[in-house]
Amino acid sequence: MSRHTLSVLVEDQPGVLARIAGLFSRRGFNIESLAVGSTEQSGVSRITIVVNVEGLPLEQVTKQLNKLVNVIKIVELEPAASVQRAILLVKVRADVDTRSQVLETVQMFRAKVVDVAPDAVTIQATGNTDKLESLLTLLEPFGVKELVQSGVVAIGRGSRSITDRALRPAERTA
Amino acid sequence: MSEQITGAQSLIRALETAGVEVAFGIPGGAILPAYDPLFDSRIRHILVRHEQGAGHAAEGYAAATGRVGVCIATSGPGATNLVTPLADALMDSVPLVAVTGQVTSAAIGTDAFQEADTRGITMPITKHNYLVTNPDDIPRTVAEAFHIAATGRPGPVLVDVSKDALQAMTTFHWPDSIDLPGYRPVTRPHSRQVREAARLIVESRRPVLYVGGGVIRARAAAELRVLAELTGIPVVTTLMARGAFPDSHPQHLGMPGMHGTVAAVGALQRSDLLITLGARFDDRVTGKLSTFAPEAKVIHADIDPAEISKNRHADVPIVGDVREVIADLVVALQTEQAAGRVGDYEAWWRQLDGLRATYPLGYVTPDNGELAPQYVVERLGAIAGPDAVYVAGVGQHQMWAAQFIGYERPNSWLNSGGLGTMGYAVPAAMGAKVGRPDATVWAVDGDGCFQMTNQELATCAINDIPIKVAVINNGSLGMVRQWQTLFYNERYSHTDLHSKRIPDFAALAEAYGCVGLRCDKAEDVDATIEQAMAIDDQPVVVDFGVHQDAMVWPMVAAGTSNDDIMVARGMAPDWDRED
Repeated sequence: MSRHTLSVLVEDQPGVLARIAGLFSRRGFNIESLAVGSTEQSGVSRITIVVNVEGLPLEQVTKQLNKLVNVIKIVELEPAASVQRAILLVKVRADVDTRSQVLETVQMFRAKVVDVAPDAVTIQATGNTDKLESLLTLLEPFGVKELVQSGVVAIGRGSRSITDRALRPAERTA
Repeated sequence: MSEQITGAQSLIRALETAGVEVAFGIPGGAILPAYDPLFDSRIRHILVRHEQGAGHAAEGYAAATGRVGVCIATSGPGATNLVTPLADALMDSVPLVAVTGQVTSAAIGTDAFQEADTRGITMPITKHNYLVTNPDDIPRTVAEAFHIAATGRPGPVLVDVSKDALQAMTTFHWPDSIDLPGYRPVTRPHSRQVREAARLIVESRRPVLYVGGGVIRARAAAELRVLAELTGIPVVTTLMARGAFPDSHPQHLGMPGMHGTVAAVGALQRSDLLITLGARFDDRVTGKLSTFAPEAKVIHADIDPAEISKNRHADVPIVGDVREVIADLVVALQTEQAAGRVGDYEAWWRQLDGLRATYPLGYVTPDNGELAPQYVVERLGAIAGPDAVYVAGVGQHQMWAAQFIGYERPNSWLNSGGLGTMGYAVPAAMGAKVGRPDATVWAVDGDGCFQMTNQELATCAINDIPIKVAVINNGSLGMVRQWQTLFYNERYSHTDLHSKRIPDFAALAEAYGCVGLRCDKAEDVDATIEQAMAIDDQPVVVDFGVHQDAMVWPMVAAGTSNDDIMVARGMAPDWDRED
């Protein structure tokens, strides 16, 4: 599998997302998903990028990202050592005949119905990419009318924080 | 209570505080406020004729002196005209700060007159860039821009300043220190990696010092010479590194790459260890990558970690300032030698000396009596000598200038290597001459290149910048024509410029207030060059009318293996003879 999740800490400056998106596009790196938000440190944003590096060393992606002046730190989050979540909202066709089956699926995935109409339900689900993909596979036969998904956000397990050392003065590596 | 000044005054004071002595530029609406305090500044501003000229002049200034070059332009078209020099400077790691005016911040995003998204446009072609709309941010931004441009892997930084920020009142605060949490270039090499490199070097049998332009940018030529002489290892210098190691040195095999010497290309191909110093395995050096130096292990030292293992896997990666890397390597090798571990390269040298003796650089004199362009370049190098600065455009004349002029010092050879920018020579020579007024500066240009940027001759003539230009005039886009000869059945689609007829370059030069000379006979070449050398109060342009069909050899055709280098059309070297 050539899918990797990168947590990128950046200075919260105008244009920083354009710098990152532009870098990926001009170097031919594939972004599978991207999510941006503020962090517990003011002035620092965190971008979670799921990148598909088929035929390309991940190292080259992180090195090029590191060259961006506004990029402070990059950490790869291994699936086993991190919690990774995306949210999706999906509008599924559900009438009197199928509604109970749809709701059963919703329960199996511990998803939530957030809106109901006579012929459709809107479902909210969170989880990692695999779980959300499986949910969609099961909902597909009922008829997906509309789908929207967020990018994946991810955080490492345990007590350590990746922002801990990021903003300290440079440490000389001798 | 700090003195209240305008943002424009703050900008000029910031440039002065950053140590700027010279700036090349053109004023215009959005940058106009900055030009008022510039009028009283100690900064020498040189008014160019086109912003591209300002950018290349700043590059030439930087490449000849090692200092940061500065160019200034207005918003919109002024800034977009800087795009080519900025891209050029990024590719060739030239320290540059470009200051551009931007429309007033309230108008940004409204398609205002002379508005362009300069920050967006230049994002992929600068090392970093800024848009400043708050006048209080000007000094800090300028300080950061110079710091980023000059440190680590050098490169261009653009500072876009909105007109209202230039007009508003502010106070001037120069930062005591630079705080960029995301920018901390590693300059000290890792000692374990250096020791490992030293071990590989003494164990190797066929090592090559593969020297790139980073050695020049890092001012490491003296250290390189110590390393080379300590070990006796053969040296090749890439197009960007010509002058990093003296051409007259017996260990120098010349330039590798598409038009490199057989000895340099052959050395890389047969090597068992590439000691790569500030070079980046460019496709013009490696040829077909999968067949490049197939038996070699690779030591790769570079200030930019992203270059390491980008194109070729590095067995020993060393991130650091190449000057420090070489100095540390010398110490580590002395330790090895003291312990009796010395590399034995005698058989290797026998092989390379054979290649060198059998396939020296050469050219044929045209049998129709026309002037050989290589002869002109060769005589120019011999007469102007190694203390001159040579600046080339892009194409055949560039390759001949790289091949047939002997370089003995760093920063004496300036050209557009990475981007391959035709039109680089005249403005870059102007910048070099401004930076090194006591040096003779020769632009070696082609007739195609010359017609892209020769308007800066006016700038040279008016501002007492007496550069010399040798136009190697074959009347065509010579390198493209060479490819058409070799790969397109001699179908010369749109490469004939007719520039032996139009324009009259000597008359053009005279019209620009320069001295215009002409030469198309071998017996007149020396006298013409000497005549040009004798003029030091005016720019000189010499139109050398040369043979149209001369070609650059040797050649590794694009996309083919270095092993398939041709020494002349249809002539491959006999590799086995020397083994």
